[in-house]
Amino acid sequence: MSMDQQAIQTRLQTAFGDQIGEWHEMKTSAYATKYGSYLDVKNVDYLRDICLFLRDEADLKFDNLMLLSTVDNGDKTLSATYHMESTTHRHVFALKVTVSVDHARVPSVTGVWTSANWHEREGWDMMGIEFVGHPDLRRILLDEDYPGHPLRKDFKVPDFYHGMKVPY
Amino acid sequence: MESGNVLITGIETLFNWARLSSLWQMGFGLACCAIEMMAASASHFDMMRFGVIPRPSPRQSDIMIISGTVTLKMASRVKILYEQMPDPKYIISMGSCSNCGGPYWEHGYHVLKGVDRVIPVDVYVPGCPPRPEALLEGLMKLQEKVRTQSLSRA
Repeated sequence: MSMDQQAIQTRLQTAFGDQIGEWHEMKTSAYATKYGSYLDVKNVDYLRDICLFLRDEADLKFDNLMLLSTVDNGDKTLSATYHMESTTHRHVFALKVTVSVDHARVPSVTGVWTSANWHEREGWDMMGIEFVGHPDLRRILLDEDYPGHPLRKDFKVPDFYHGMKVPY
Repeated sequence: MESGNVLITGIETLFNWARLSSLWQMGFGLACCAIEMMAASASHFDMMRFGVIPRPSPRQSDIMIISGTVTLKMASRVKILYEQMPDPKYIISMGSCSNCGGPYWEHGYHVLKGVDRVIPVDVYVPGCPPRPEALLEGLMKLQEKVRTQSLSRA
């Protein structure tokens, strides 16, 4: 049976208590409330346990990680957002973790949802978040020797790459 | 020769005519421009009537149509493919991306701002993407260029 997001959040809070942060609800439209609201995970180390809980509990059964995206917040922090759905219960939920740029390490959820594999590689490639425990954390799009992570706010385009001038 | 005809022509004219009439194309595309290139090859526009036959190998190709965004990762591969083509070889740069970087000119951290930074280009076809007619026009411009080539001058 489908659960609303408040009930899922309460369920997580009873199970994990202080490791869970605040609930952010987006209220601009019904669609935005469903897909734009998210729950902050305060303690990054618990992310994998929380994800396993969300996947395995009989009334939650989040068996599909729809999207794993990353954000540079511009204040020396990076975020990773996890959108998930249950194909049996037809409900959706989102988690968000925030880490500092200097210590951008987030536990990998590839062991929870296999589809996270390439998403995490993209997060590493573009944003430079190291997903700890990922089985094969290589760049997914850019060359292996590309300097830096281009979607970071402080990224500067290199003047030359393999002898080719990059700026216009 | 029982009923043989005799044709008197210059050797350069003959060579150039042969070359411009059989510009075999390397069969590869890079991005959305490749869709228009394929449309140009298909029956509506029928690029083959100009003698342009797609070849699966650079060793058999005379022209390479750079049809799309040349990323930094692809640029070194494009250069290798160009070097594998036998002389004489010609390049058509198709579309804004391979001409000058196109929409990626400022924030394209991964895009080469013009394929002419790694290989020499004979004809630039503007457009985003160019219509097949524009590509055919570029091809005819290239044929005009081949027609005036000389064996003694480079």
